[in-house]
Amino acid sequence: MAKFEKANSVGEWLDQRLNTTGLNKVLMTEYWIPKDINFLWAMGVLLATTFGILLISGIFLMMYYKPDINLAFDSVNYTIMQEVAYGWLFRHMHGVAASVVFLIIYIHMFTGIYYGSYKQGREMIWISGMLLFMTFSAAGFSGYMLPWGQMSYWAAMVITNLFGGVPVIGDALVVWIRGDFNVADATLTRFFMLHVFLLPITIMGIIGVHFYTLRIPHVNNQTSEEFDFDEEAEKYLAGNKKESKVIPFWPVFISKDLAVLGVFLIFYFYLVFFHYNFAMDPVNFDPADNMVTPAHIYPEWYFLWSYEVLRGFFFDIAGFSAFDIGLIAFAFANGIFLVLPWLDRDPKILPAHKRPLFFIWFWVLMADLIVLTVYGKLPPTGTNAWVGFFAATAFIVIFLVLPIITKIDAKRRGDA
Amino acid sequence: MSNKTNRRDFLGYSFAAVAAVGGAASLVGMKQAWDPLPSVLAGGFTKVELGELKAGNPVTVTWRGKPIFLLKKTAEMGENKRDLIIGSDRFTVAIGLCTHLGCIPAWKKDKWKCACHGGEFNASGKQTFGPPPRPLDLPPFTVNGTSITLGEEGPEYKKIAAAMMA
Repeated sequence: MAKFEKANSVGEWLDQRLNTTGLNKVLMTEYWIPKDINFLWAMGVLLATTFGILLISGIFLMMYYKPDINLAFDSVNYTIMQEVAYGWLFRHMHGVAASVVFLIIYIHMFTGIYYGSYKQGREMIWISGMLLFMTFSAAGFSGYMLPWGQMSYWAAMVITNLFGGVPVIGDALVVWIRGDFNVADATLTRFFMLHVFLLPITIMGIIGVHFYTLRIPHVNNQTSEEFDFDEEAEKYLAGNKKESKVIPFWPVFISKDLAVLGVFLIFYFYLVFFHYNFAMDPVNFDPADNMVTPAHIYPEWYFLWSYEVLRGFFFDIAGFSAFDIGLIAFAFANGIFLVLPWLDRDPKILPAHKRPLFFIWFWVLMADLIVLTVYGKLPPTGTNAWVGFFAATAFIVIFLVLPIITKIDAKRRGDA
Repeated sequence: MSNKTNRRDFLGYSFAAVAAVGGAASLVGMKQAWDPLPSVLAGGFTKVELGELKAGNPVTVTWRGKPIFLLKKTAEMGENKRDLIIGSDRFTVAIGLCTHLGCIPAWKKDKWKCACHGGEFNASGKQTFGPPPRPLDLPPFTVNGTSITLGEEGPEYKKIAAAMMA
């Protein structure tokens, strides 16, 4: 065993046993971030904070929530909303945070795509991030079920039925996931478990991995300039702060992050106190009824684009049923982002405005996602159905052409 | 030396084999914990009197938590291989869940329309528009006079099910 001297302070005592000084350096004061960044680089800290808000508000909601089909609706809408002190606040904080967390995730994601921060060594950052997007989506869906209103019930019905599209075992799989022939008490209780335990703990694990994936390739910067982090760090430590291209995470980078966080929290609490309704669908204030489907059902805004890809294909094509095409397109939409680093055939990391065709590609993708989101909320009839069809087809084409246009960009620049 | 290595390999493989069997067995157990409970599987049987239906006006009853559409067809609605014929009347018997993703289509004049993704089914339960991949499903039933019991597979059910498969 190591030899321990008598410590003169609590800090020293901990340092002897845990090397807190070394840990603090590695994680905070000597964890280097490029200088040449903008506010979009603050989204990671915003997401970590929002996840913290979700966790804490969730703990308080869990103390009164009852995962039973006879009690769930009233435990939310009566007990938590009317009786528990500040119960309404915890519910609105939880609901609004669940919605804005996706807004920040999308900004974080598209910042990464714009600046090319997903390739040439940064693949694992991208993949772990996409896994977080998927687990957050699962947490959003399972949480939406808990108030057991009409939207909760029918969203659960539609989403669990998606698994019926799995070849051969589909129908049995749906019954297995639900634990009943329809969405019922067994379904609610098991999704409660997923929402409050398995998914949060998985998310926390992946967040740890996501942080770690940054360690070796480092954070990207606005011009995608490649430089030696060790060399720049030495300059900084030698007092050459102005010349150095890096800053330490703590306290320099974080102070800028906290400023952005401050603006974000003003926006967030404005929503919580004055516009919480956007995250509280009126239809979900009717208790779940397995005999009545609401006149028009739609998911929360952050799922609308993939929902529209799913239902965009409303007629059979070349012997494939509309159902299968929609399901394949939906699987494509949810899986394709994961392989983005390999669809981009440009060997160089550059921001989109330095890659002419990719720049167009990026904004076409944005426009298509907005169209899909808008039409995902409208009833799928008449012209709407056709707009949905073309936007969904466009989404697939956009990803199919990516390898070609990135290759052309590289060729024209003389890099391939 | 090689003797020792073999012995260690053997121990390693034995450990892996025991762990694999134990792991697989616990997965089976966990899978079964999510299966529907016996009380759910035993789920009830629902008896419905068809003689009281008015032609052209479908009714919805519940069976195992699912809606069942029962429609006495009018002459204009035509014949279909899945019609349940009792006396001179033709009936459509169907599970009232859209075969796309399980929403309950609503009766609009002469067809069922699904609000979720726009699917439509005619009076015989056949899909006529949108994403539904197949006609409305047929629930198992037996016929006694003018009433049917949902949940049991009678000869009339088997005949219709076979005709629908063909």
